[in-house]
Amino acid sequence: MRQYFGRKALIYALTFFVAVTINWMIPRFMPGDPIQGLVARAQVADPASVDAMRAHYTNLFGLDVPWWQQYVNFWAALLRGDMGISIWAFPTPVTDLIIRAVPYTLGLLIPAILLSWWAGNRFGAFAARRKWLDNTVLPIGYLLTATPYMWLALLLAWTLAILAGIFPVSHAYSFAVQPSWSWEFLGSLAVHWVLPFSSLFLVMFGGWAIGMRNLIIYELESDYANYLQALGARSRLVRGYAFRNAVLPQITGLALQLGTIVAGALVTEIVFSYPGIGHLILQAINNQDFFLLQGAFLFIVLGVLVANFIIDVVYTLVDPRTRIRMQGNAV
Amino acid sequence: MRNRSRFLIMCFAASLTVAGCTSGGPAPAASAPPTGSAAAPAPAANGAFPRNQTLYTSGTQYGPPANWNPIREWDSATGTKGLVYETLFLFDPQKGDFTPWLAESGSWTGDNEYTLKLRPGVTWSDGKPLTAEDVVFTFELGKMETIPYHPLWTFLKSAEAVDATTAKFTFTKPNYQQWANHLYSRAIVPKHLWEGRDEKEVLDGVNEKPVGTGPYAYQSHDQDRMAWVKRDGWWATKALNLDVKPKYIVDIVNGSNEVALGLLLQNGLDLSNNFLPGIANLVQGKFGVQTYYPEPPYMLSANTAWLVLNTEKKPMDDPAFRKAMASSIDMKTIVEKVYGNLVLPASPTGLLPQWDKYIDKDVVAKSGFSYDEAKAKKLLADAGYKDADGDGFVENKDGSKIQLELIVPNGWTDWMEAIRVISGSAKKAGINVEPAFPEYPKLVADRGTGKFDMLLNNERQLSNTPWMYYDYIFRLPIQKQQNTTNFGRYENKKAWDLVRDLDNRPTDDAEGMAKITSELQQIQLDDMPVIPLWYNGLWAQSTSTVWKNWPSAAPGAPKNAPTLWRNWIELGGIYTLTELQPVAGG
Repeated sequence: MRQYFGRKALIYALTFFVAVTINWMIPRFMPGDPIQGLVARAQVADPASVDAMRAHYTNLFGLDVPWWQQYVNFWAALLRGDMGISIWAFPTPVTDLIIRAVPYTLGLLIPAILLSWWAGNRFGAFAARRKWLDNTVLPIGYLLTATPYMWLALLLAWTLAILAGIFPVSHAYSFAVQPSWSWEFLGSLAVHWVLPFSSLFLVMFGGWAIGMRNLIIYELESDYANYLQALGARSRLVRGYAFRNAVLPQITGLALQLGTIVAGALVTEIVFSYPGIGHLILQAINNQDFFLLQGAFLFIVLGVLVANFIIDVVYTLVDPRTRIRMQGNAV
Repeated sequence: MRNRSRFLIMCFAASLTVAGCTSGGPAPAASAPPTGSAAAPAPAANGAFPRNQTLYTSGTQYGPPANWNPIREWDSATGTKGLVYETLFLFDPQKGDFTPWLAESGSWTGDNEYTLKLRPGVTWSDGKPLTAEDVVFTFELGKMETIPYHPLWTFLKSAEAVDATTAKFTFTKPNYQQWANHLYSRAIVPKHLWEGRDEKEVLDGVNEKPVGTGPYAYQSHDQDRMAWVKRDGWWATKALNLDVKPKYIVDIVNGSNEVALGLLLQNGLDLSNNFLPGIANLVQGKFGVQTYYPEPPYMLSANTAWLVLNTEKKPMDDPAFRKAMASSIDMKTIVEKVYGNLVLPASPTGLLPQWDKYIDKDVVAKSGFSYDEAKAKKLLADAGYKDADGDGFVENKDGSKIQLELIVPNGWTDWMEAIRVISGSAKKAGINVEPAFPEYPKLVADRGTGKFDMLLNNERQLSNTPWMYYDYIFRLPIQKQQNTTNFGRYENKKAWDLVRDLDNRPTDDAEGMAKITSELQQIQLDDMPVIPLWYNGLWAQSTSTVWKNWPSAAPGAPKNAPTLWRNWIELGGIYTLTELQPVAGG
């Protein structure tokens, strides 16, 4: 057990290091100079003032030292939890911006992932080998899972928000309310949450449902299922066993899918002007905000790694074979 | 069974997260905000803004409100200068008048001396009186090198407070035009709160508790909005009988055009200062959206869009080529097709309609230009540009190919369309110009160092003096970095001398100014260092469901700038607020 998690931890640490390094490099390869943009916005004519301002900001953002030192400084600051100052929302610290955005992103992602996984699997298992469901719902599932997140988001926004006017088009809560513990605010928050959540949920739901359906069919054709059926077991019981076996690949699937799901959530946020991490990334790219971009990606990398780790742990709990194998190794 | 319980746990966790996020989510934003001023206003009831007391605006802020620092005139939260911090004078660009604001009066009391009288009875929102010390302190902040108005001190020698309400400024050289600009552009800050701040704090400080003299105080903010609340005791209520009606102003950070348009149509936005293509259809139709003019151009003009040519490169170094380029541009198509008549084609001088009195009509009649493909071809031929290889495009005089690039920032869709039109019509005249769309920061870098062929720019705004535009066109000397002026690196010593001479004309010497501007216009039209294209609008669309009496061309309506854009509140934006009336009741 310890060996297993030790190895996993090492792999995760290495991934983290490489990801953060790439993350540090990429913005620096983008064309243009963020300081130039920052100074240009100030509209200063006098060349001496411009030089003074440039020098000031280059120093402030720590860009006046050689690249290797910037890299070392970056890690040193990172370990202190300091991700620098945003250029886009100058002079707000990046950490502040991210902390404010994270609840929105998690509030979309976690329910969407868990609920769609749960509902998709249940539904897929239910639909498998039931003719009329297989024939009607399956094509819809394929359609859903093949839909890009952004496209579905636009479709929902157009139909339910703009045409039907049931849900608001954008933002996290109404402009008429302020954050507070009132029902008014919480209601506004919930109503604004429905569409972005639904667009994520639906796409993922389709994917899981189809995957589960295929796995169940495979399991129902396996020897143990045939044997059980031959013994005269109720189909409910057979399906129950099939489900438990079929759910394992789905867990692995969840781990593999996490990256795409996060990317999907980012795009969805942009469509709905939802003030989460995805929104920040777009702004950071548009404004050459290295520091914000770094911070946002760092958060995503961390999030995906942590989620993967959790899935690893869950897998050992759910699949008795891994446990037995690990115990065998440990001895 | 185990199986099921595990799913139940998952479900539970999910619902917990939902609950956690819907309830706890934005709490940090709520707990963080600074609390207005000493006379802290009561928070909105139930945390909501009553619709009939709230003015919703948009179109200024591109990022979250991140600082309330009036020195940062370019990225401080909407209304920092104007609603909280105020200026000494206002300037009305429509009439060309200066109105004393925090100042009671001001005049040149000697060749190099300006005396300013402050309005008595003006107080900061913390109760302290505004004094001449504050004014002197504000201008002296400019002695710090990184403060944007530092160049003021190249001709200002000293500022001193004579008594509590009198300040005296002594100059080494009286640059009347520039000084007049400073008088209505610089926000006065309270010395008693700013005194201890170092240069970094003054330039980069967040200033989260803005204490100003203006009608509003900080209420709250979030990533996508900025809320101001009216404060009691604004000096102008007593002194000028002016009152701002909206109790709250909520400024919404710009999202997409669709969002702004949606909010406007759903009565969620009272004033949108966004550029909304196609707004003409909504104004013409019965959608309750109105603009300054009910017909083209719908908007007041705010700035001139110029085509800047890099005069250090071939063939743009040749005035004849530049003039041919100017004649080749099909402005009518741009105005009608790209902008749907929301903009006006520029005068050949590029001076905004508000500066019409400085345009020498004779010079324009004699040397002006307009879209004329045949003339463009003739100008090229006369100057010796020929199409020798028969590809439809002329070559340089030495026979080498001409391949030019016209750039605008990626994503500025209206400009991207406009330069496609320019490129198309230039190609018809035989000039090979390709549109290109680099990212904005890259464009800024290349523009500064002169690594471009042609670009579009409109950064100089309407102001008190055409000097601003001539400074933009002719400023010398050429530096390694050209950051805000003369991007085309055009060198004309005579013109620059005239521009400096213009700066030294008193603001009331209209005749003397017109004489100089006439000479400058002749040089400009003969040499064509930059090509004026169109006047960008002061984008403003408003609805009258909650607030009425918006500025418009209609008789009896206010005639000031309907905007909360940065640096426009002192150009009349404040009157838009004081003239507004609630639709329902009092």
